[in-house]
Amino acid sequence: MRAGLAGWAFVAPALLIIGVFFFLPVLAAFAVSLTDFDLYALADLRNLRFVGIENYLELLKSRDFWRALGNTCYFVLAGVPLSIGVSLGAALLLNSRLTRWPALFRTLYFAPVVATLVAVALVWRYLLHTRYGLLNWALGFLGVHPIDWLGDPRWAMPAIILFAVWKNFGYNMIIFVAALQAIPADLYEAARLDGANGWQELRRVTLPLLRPTMLLVAVLTVAGYFQLFAEPYVMTEGGPLQSTMSVLYLMYEQGFKWWNLGSASAVAFLLFLIVLAVTALELRFSRARDAA
Amino acid sequence: MGREGEVIASLLPEFARLHPDIEVRVQQLPWSAAHQKLLTAFVGEATPDLCQLGNSWIPEFVALGALEPLQSRVERSPVVKPADYFGGIWQTNLVAGRLYGVPWYVDTRLLFYRRDLLAQAGFPSPPRTWDEWRHMLAAIKARVGPDRYSVLLPLNEFEPLLVLALQQPEPLLRDDGRFGNFETAGFHRALEFYAEAFTNGWAPPVANTQIANVWDELGRGYYSFYISGPWNIGEFKRRLPPEQQGTWMTAPMPGPDGPGASLAGGSSLVMFQRSQHKEEAWLLLEFLSSPQVQQRFYDLTGDLPPRRSTWEAPELAGNVYARAFREQLERVKPAPRVPQLERIVTEMRLMAERVVHGDLTVDEGAAELDRTVDAILAKRRWMLARGSTR
Repeated sequence: MRAGLAGWAFVAPALLIIGVFFFLPVLAAFAVSLTDFDLYALADLRNLRFVGIENYLELLKSRDFWRALGNTCYFVLAGVPLSIGVSLGAALLLNSRLTRWPALFRTLYFAPVVATLVAVALVWRYLLHTRYGLLNWALGFLGVHPIDWLGDPRWAMPAIILFAVWKNFGYNMIIFVAALQAIPADLYEAARLDGANGWQELRRVTLPLLRPTMLLVAVLTVAGYFQLFAEPYVMTEGGPLQSTMSVLYLMYEQGFKWWNLGSASAVAFLLFLIVLAVTALELRFSRARDAA
Repeated sequence: MGREGEVIASLLPEFARLHPDIEVRVQQLPWSAAHQKLLTAFVGEATPDLCQLGNSWIPEFVALGALEPLQSRVERSPVVKPADYFGGIWQTNLVAGRLYGVPWYVDTRLLFYRRDLLAQAGFPSPPRTWDEWRHMLAAIKARVGPDRYSVLLPLNEFEPLLVLALQQPEPLLRDDGRFGNFETAGFHRALEFYAEAFTNGWAPPVANTQIANVWDELGRGYYSFYISGPWNIGEFKRRLPPEQQGTWMTAPMPGPDGPGASLAGGSSLVMFQRSQHKEEAWLLLEFLSSPQVQQRFYDLTGDLPPRRSTWEAPELAGNVYARAFREQLERVKPAPRVPQLERIVTEMRLMAERVVHGDLTVDEGAAELDRTVDAILAKRRWMLARGSTR
C-alpha cells in the first residue's frame, strides 16, 4: 500500500501536466464539438447553442468532408508505402558495405527532414512549374508533354505526395539504419554458408528481423500522414478544385478561417477516431501475422 | 498593417507637434496575421484604441460588438465630411444603417492592359462594354495562338467574378442578408461571361500561384488584360523594363452595357468600444483623414485616397495610371455587408472553379451556391429572428 502511494506520488507531476495540458483541452474540445460555437458566440456566450451530434451529422452529410477524407486516404494509401519503400531502400543502400562515405549520404538524405518546410516548398513550386520547372524540362526529354503539376486537379495530389515523400523519407531511413545495424552479422554469414544469394538474404534474414521496426515505422507514418496539412497549405491552399484539401486543412478552414470552432472540433474528433481505428487495425493485423 | 503600418511612423511627428499631450504607440501587424490577432485581442480584452481595418471585416467586428459607432462624431467633425468621400466606399462602413468606420484608403479592381497589343489587334481604346471586351478578347486570342491568352482571371481570386456579379442589378443576398440570391438573371449573366472566358481559351485556367511573375508575364504578352488593384501601378512601374513602360495602361471596368461598377475595397479607420482614450483616438483619426495628410500618405504608400479633394493634388491628378481609378471610384459598390462575407465569396470562387473545369453548368453552379450560402447564413437568420439587430 505504502509502495503504491509512493508510486502515485512519483507519477503525480507528470499526470498533472498531462491532465491539464492534454486531457482537459481534449475534453473541452469535445464539449465544443457538441455546440455551434462560432463568431457570434465569441461576442456573447448567450449566442451559443447546444446542438448534440448535429455537427458530426452535418459533416457526414457534407461533400467537403468526404472529399477531404478521400484526398487524405489517397495521400496515405499512396504516400505511406512509397515513403516506407524509399526509406528502406535508402537504408539498405547506406548499410551496404559497398557504399562509400555512408555518413555523408546519411546526412544528405536526412537534410530534407530538418529543412524548413515553407522554404523547401517554395523551391519545389519552382521545380514543379509548368513552363519553367526542372521536372517538366527533364520529362520533356522523355517526350512527355508539360504537366501542370499544381494546377491540374489530377496531378496536384501526386505532386504533393512526391514532395512529402522526399521531405520525410530520411526520418524513417534513420530508424531503419539503426535496426539494420542491430542485425547480427553471423546470421548473414550462416545464410551465405547455406548458399543464399543476396535476394534470399534480404527476404529470409533482413526483412523478418525488421518486422518490429516495420510496424513502428508504419504506425508512426500512417498517423503522421493522416495529419496532412502544411504541404497543401503552402503549395496549393487546398486547390485546385479542392483536390489537395485534407481533413486537417478542412479543420483549419472551419476553425481559424471561418471561426466555426464547434464544427472544427468535430472534424478533429472524427480524424482522431479514424486514426485510432486504422492504428488498431494495423496492430491487429501485425499480431495475427506474428501468431500465424 | 503591412506597408501602412510602416509608413505611419513618418506621419506621426506632425501629430505630436499639434497635440504634444498625446502619446501614440503604433503596433504593426502583418496582413496575414492581422485578422486572427485582432480577434484574439478582442477575446483577451486588449483591443487597440484606433485601428486600420479592411472594410470587408467591419461587419464581422460589428457582430462582435467590438466597434464604436462614429455617426455623432462625424456630424460634429470639421474635418471628416462624408460628401467628400466616394459614395460606394463610404457605404462599406455602414452596417444596418450605422456608421462604424472612416475610409482611410481605397482599393478597387479594374483593367491593366497592353496598349500596344490591343492596337495591333485593331483596337485604339480599351473596352467600355462587355460586348466590346468579348470582341477584343476573341481577336487577341486569334492573334496570339494556343500558347498565349487574352486575359488573366486567376482561379484562386474571387475578385474578378465578384466584380462582374456586382455590376448586375440584383443584390447578391436577399432579405437583409438572410439568404443567397444567386439564381438571378444577373448572376447567371456574370457567371456565364466568366466561364466563357475559359471555355473560349481567352483566359488560362490557372491560379496566380502558378504564374511565377504576373508582371513579367503581362510584359511578355502571355495575356493582354489583367484585373487587379492600385498597388500594381507601382509594381508595373518598378518591374517592367523602361522600354516597355509605354505599353501598359489602366482602364475602368467595362460593364454589361456601358461603363461598369467595381468592388469598393480598402481599409477604414475604426475605434474600439473598449477604448479608454476615445477623444484622443478620434483626434488622430481626424488628423489622418485630412486631405493634406492623406496626400502625404499617398506619396509614401501609393494607396489611393478616399476623398475627392485629395485627388485634386497635382501628384494624383497628373498620374496617368491613376486616372482610370479616379473614374472607377465614382462607380464602386460594396460587397454584401454580412460577417460571413469572406466565406460566401470563397464558396463562390470554389463553385466558379468547378464551372470552369466543367463539373457544373452555370445553372447548377448558381443553385448549389444558393444552397451553400443559405446554410452559411442559418445562424445569422436565427440571430436576426431573436431580435438582435446585428
